[in-house]
Amino acid sequence: MYPPKFDYAAPRSLDEALGLLSDRGEDVKVLAGGQSLIPMMKLRLASPAMLIDINRLPGLSEIAESDGYLRLGALVRHNDVGNSDLVSRRNPTMAAAAPWIADPIVRNRGTVCGALAHADPLGDWASVMLACDAEVVATSASGQRTIPMRDFITDVFTTALREDELLTEVRVPVSGSRTGGDYQTLERKVGDYATAAVATRLDLDEDGRIVGAGIALTSVCSINTKVTEAEALLIGQQPSTELFVEAAEIAARTATPQDDVRGPAEYKRDVVRVFTRRGLATSLELAQAG
Amino acid sequence: MTTTEQPRTSPEICGLGHSPRRIEDDRFIQGAGHYVDDIVLPGMLHMAILRSPVPHARIVSIDTSEATALPGVVAVVTGELMAQHNLAWMPTMSGDTQAVLATDKVRFQGQEVAAVIADTVYTAWDALELIDVDYEELPVLVDPRKSLEPDAVLIRDDKEGQTDNQCYHWESGDKGTTDRAFAEADRVVTLDTHYPRSHPAPLETCGCVADIDPATGHANIYMTSQAPHAHRTVFALVAGLPEEKIRIISPDIGGGFGNKVPVYPGYVVATAASLLLGHPVKWVESRSENLISTGFARDYHMHGELALRGDGRILGLRVNLISDNGAFFSDAQPTKFKAGLFHIVTGSYDYTAAHVVADGAYTNKAPGGVAYRCSFRVTEASYLIERLMESAALELDIDPAELRRRNFIKSEQFPYASPTGFVYDSGEYERALDVALDQVGYDDLRREQRERRDRGDETLLGIGIASFTEVVGAGNSRDFDILGLKMFDSAELRVHPTGKAILKLGVKSQGQGHETTYPQIVAEELGIPASHIRVEEGDTDTTPYGLGTYASRSTPVAGAATAMVARKLREKGRKIAAHLLEASEEDLDWEPGRFFVKGAKERGVTIQDVAFAAYTNFPEGMEPGFEGVHYYDPPNMTYPFGSYVAVVEVDTGTGKWRVRRMVAVDDCGVRINPMIVEGQIHGGLAEGFAMSNMQFITFDDSGNCIGSNFMDYLIPTAYETPRFELGATVTPSPHHPIGAKGVGESATVGSPAAYVNAVIDALSHLGVRNIDMPVLPHRVWQAIQEAKH
Amino acid sequence: MEITMTVNGVAHKDDVEPRVLLADYLRTRLGLTGTHIGCDTTSCGVCTVLMDGTPVKSCTVFAVQADDTEITTVEGLKSADGLHPIQKAFKQEHGLQCGFCTPAMMLVGKALIEQNPDPDEDEVRWAISGNLCRCTGYVNIVKAIRAAAAESRGTADEGPALVDLTNEPSPTVSAPVG
Ligand SMILES: Cc1cc2nc3c(=O)[nH]c(=O)nc-3n(C[C@H](O)[C@H](O)[C@H](O)COP(=O)(O)OP(=O)(O)OC[C@H]3O[C@@H](n4cnc5c(N)ncnc54)[C@H](O)[C@@H]3O)c2cc1C
Ligand code: FES
Ligand code: FES
Repeated sequence: MYPPKFDYAAPRSLDEALGLLSDRGEDVKVLAGGQSLIPMMKLRLASPAMLIDINRLPGLSEIAESDGYLRLGALVRHNDVGNSDLVSRRNPTMAAAAPWIADPIVRNRGTVCGALAHADPLGDWASVMLACDAEVVATSASGQRTIPMRDFITDVFTTALREDELLTEVRVPVSGSRTGGDYQTLERKVGDYATAAVATRLDLDEDGRIVGAGIALTSVCSINTKVTEAEALLIGQQPSTELFVEAAEIAARTATPQDDVRGPAEYKRDVVRVFTRRGLATSLELAQAG
Repeated sequence: MTTTEQPRTSPEICGLGHSPRRIEDDRFIQGAGHYVDDIVLPGMLHMAILRSPVPHARIVSIDTSEATALPGVVAVVTGELMAQHNLAWMPTMSGDTQAVLATDKVRFQGQEVAAVIADTVYTAWDALELIDVDYEELPVLVDPRKSLEPDAVLIRDDKEGQTDNQCYHWESGDKGTTDRAFAEADRVVTLDTHYPRSHPAPLETCGCVADIDPATGHANIYMTSQAPHAHRTVFALVAGLPEEKIRIISPDIGGGFGNKVPVYPGYVVATAASLLLGHPVKWVESRSENLISTGFARDYHMHGELALRGDGRILGLRVNLISDNGAFFSDAQPTKFKAGLFHIVTGSYDYTAAHVVADGAYTNKAPGGVAYRCSFRVTEASYLIERLMESAALELDIDPAELRRRNFIKSEQFPYASPTGFVYDSGEYERALDVALDQVGYDDLRREQRERRDRGDETLLGIGIASFTEVVGAGNSRDFDILGLKMFDSAELRVHPTGKAILKLGVKSQGQGHETTYPQIVAEELGIPASHIRVEEGDTDTTPYGLGTYASRSTPVAGAATAMVARKLREKGRKIAAHLLEASEEDLDWEPGRFFVKGAKERGVTIQDVAFAAYTNFPEGMEPGFEGVHYYDPPNMTYPFGSYVAVVEVDTGTGKWRVRRMVAVDDCGVRINPMIVEGQIHGGLAEGFAMSNMQFITFDDSGNCIGSNFMDYLIPTAYETPRFELGATVTPSPHHPIGAKGVGESATVGSPAAYVNAVIDALSHLGVRNIDMPVLPHRVWQAIQEAKH
Repeated sequence: MEITMTVNGVAHKDDVEPRVLLADYLRTRLGLTGTHIGCDTTSCGVCTVLMDGTPVKSCTVFAVQADDTEITTVEGLKSADGLHPIQKAFKQEHGLQCGFCTPAMMLVGKALIEQNPDPDEDEVRWAISGNLCRCTGYVNIVKAIRAAAAESRGTADEGPALVDLTNEPSPTVSAPVG
């Protein structure tokens, strides 16, 4: 299938890109990896009048640690995360999720920030970022602001970004060495979106007590959802199977899945229960080993 | 007892049993294959098709003015225009009619409504958005059982005399003897199961380039065709073009699997457009179009009952099925057999009573019912009997391998007359099963299964068996025809003076390796090295008539024709050799590639000498040249068989299952090229896995197709696809000239039941007896929940 | 829009509409029809080419985005030295049937071997999981990529390894039946 006509610009500087964004307003779309946008254009589900291709902007491809944050620029591809030693040392939740995004070839192009901006409730990264208490950086010609991940996605395919803003970075706080995380996902095949997935994170103190926790759900709510009630339950406790079962119950209760070809709501809820329990157990193992 | 087949010819000659690397690969690995979409002709225009978004509606009006006005658009074709040329409807390969472009109603979502012809394909797609169609929606039928109810809305009101949605009724076997067998049974085991709608989805979609010369009226039609000759004849009948002016060229095909057997509206519209506009017109479908509108497969709702004695001996089989044929009966079934060869459903087992009743229903779904990697509904049949065997084993508490052994047709019973009228040619069923069980380590696996259950593991183990028998290689001409065209096939062999040859066939490879295997048959029969023989297929102007490649018929039919034409030339060669050696024909002996005088081996001539002499020094009175043609009408079908054992692990937490082992022992008779045979089996095992695990098309109640692209119609990747372990036994077909049976589809036919039986086996102690395909994780989970309550 | 692209070592300067997909540009403008198209949803991977050495689905990249890049298609695998080891291996191991997925599979295999000279079966299966094949069940594709890897290592140190015929046909049991 073939996309409709559009204007195209490939700015070489951030200022130029932001200028175009503020000038052209509504019918402009940012083109990052293109792995969601181009298929939609080919199917004629999207027909932007203009694309601003950000792939030639300098300085946005880095994964770096500074000021207590792990920072991912707008052009960090899914596979950059999967191949990063820094990520695998610092953020096991991200490392666990990366291989399950799309497929290996799509991962060479698709970006983490693009996935967040796309705000597909079936997308994986938003849950990872929710579980890790991430923030995104929105930049426009008039300045820059930081948006906590939990306020970023406002509705299905809708974010807090303004039309003139570019998402330039997503960053997650780096915890101490005793951190563990996991991403449990059920896909029918490589390249499938998750039927249900659960991102988990546990930070332990010296005594093995839980001092930080993150749980977030993919594909089972109208948007990616952070299970704050379960996180609160875990924090301050000594980890135990019973505790994880209780957290899993809360997660299952929080989910509001729909019946569809991927299965009935009750099934998905049960998978959330199983995955939360398994994910917390794996996170604990990694944290204890850390 | 195990022996490797020993080829009779040298590696240089490379006859049967050798595994030379494929000739065709040289172009494919360089990206130099030549598929339909690669064809570019001067002045070529591009066509795109507008399809109905609704499944059942009256067309109130179509406004094409805006589309026509778009710069670059050359023409917009509607059903009305086609009707002016008497082309709004066309016959299907099953003797029904199908709309080319809708005139009165649309009857399924995705039906062809209009077509745009433009200078570029981008413009053609732009213009589709500008066509305005006003639909008046009608009630929608997506369940064939509902569409057969008396008050259902009539879908085919175009057909004179059609008052309901039944498209056929068909029976096989004998009701009386079957009823008596059931009356005598100790146990009756039943199974209701739906073989879901599937789609062959070759990676290359369908398409054509129609090029009609306005000056001469000659039509060159390049198209994705598995049956070019049959298509030429259909084109002549549909379009009223004189057949000698139609040339169908089927270039390289990127997989067919049955998808490229029917004639699709797009081909007809592109041809009409080329005729009207005097330009070549290219039409290549998108994947979505391929999945929503072209030949689907299966969609059988089956009820099976097996009558058994207490000791597990089968007494009889009863089947009632409803087939969902979609809006038009556009299967390509042999005329006599509305449900294809489904009556092979009695399987590999020996009993005398069977009765099959099949009813076909029209629904508001895409037409098709093609034999997807299958010989006319054999896949559905094999699945039903092998699933019934699993149910019977569980109900009678007999090991499923043992139950099969007690019922197998014994090797000394062949040729074996089945209760539904087949005569099985040869088989060694128990041996294939033994080889498979041995290879998989059956007893150890059963032990592990018990241990896991006892431990209360979250992951359970299941072992599933399928011992299938296929029937392939249609026809014989007494019983088999498509639209009256008898199902024979042909081969023409021309040996050049220098001893090199060209072999021309009526069939058409779509990846099966014909360019490599057919020369091996000639090499075996005539001793010309296989590498000296070029194969030509797919061009109706240059190849002899044949019915095409599907239903595993190429090797049984065209392969036999090839052997026979080579034998004809060998007989002629004997005369020439006698002349050259100044001996009498009876005094000559033959070894591959050479005639020699009996008892004086050094006095001989090679087949190359003979070929040269056929043009330079032939006996007086003999017709010169060294070529021949043979049309082969098979005396019977062939009956490949095998035993598959799947070992699966089921995660009871999520319902997800993976295949740990898949052992497949196939017997396809004599193997021409074992490497290629194994490649075919790998492919079939993968597609069988796909159907059992994830691949299906479904519809919501409003008739929307779910499965209209590769995000929804799931095809396994290398990651999910099991690793396969193959074994083989060789039981030649006694009636086939080289003893071969055909193998392209065995694994798709046989394997789905093995996978599903394995999942059921894993959960059987919980009381689970059936999960319909595809066995998706949530279905497994639901079955476990239901069993708990 | 004006673009310059080096395809299989040859520089091309062209004026293209922004909406032209890279796959389409390669196929229709440059006549490199070894790159195929098999879906609308970026799922099948038969359109895969190497863009600056990295596999991308060329149906989901606009030609204008490939401005100033180096593209390798299947037509660029063969060199003055003859067929690339991956091409030889696909033929040797019967890694193709209809050939439609083959160009993409070979390019992905080549890129994998460059990153990982000795991939095991799991690694190969994972690497090609963005590419569908309907014919082969993947068995011999995996073998071919591993054989090519062995060959590539071999040319460096161990000597040629391509005739590792792991796909010798399975043993069979024969019984003539009358
Ligand atoms: C076959 C296939 C399978 C997939 N499976 C998964 C999966 O399992 N899980 C998953 O999470 N995703 C999946 N995806 C989607 C993939 O992850 C995409 O890469 C991602 O959703 C979008 O990232 P992108 O860089 O490609 O963005 P684009 O496609 O370029 O853009 C997507 C949207 O975000 C906007 N946008 C992009 N970047 C920015 C920015 N920096 N600032 C502002 N707006 C921006 C665009 O304007 C557009 O509206 C799949 C895609 C495909 C093709
Ligand atoms: S054509 Fe299918 S992924 Fe590109
Ligand atoms: S060889 Fe046909 S799709 Fe792979």
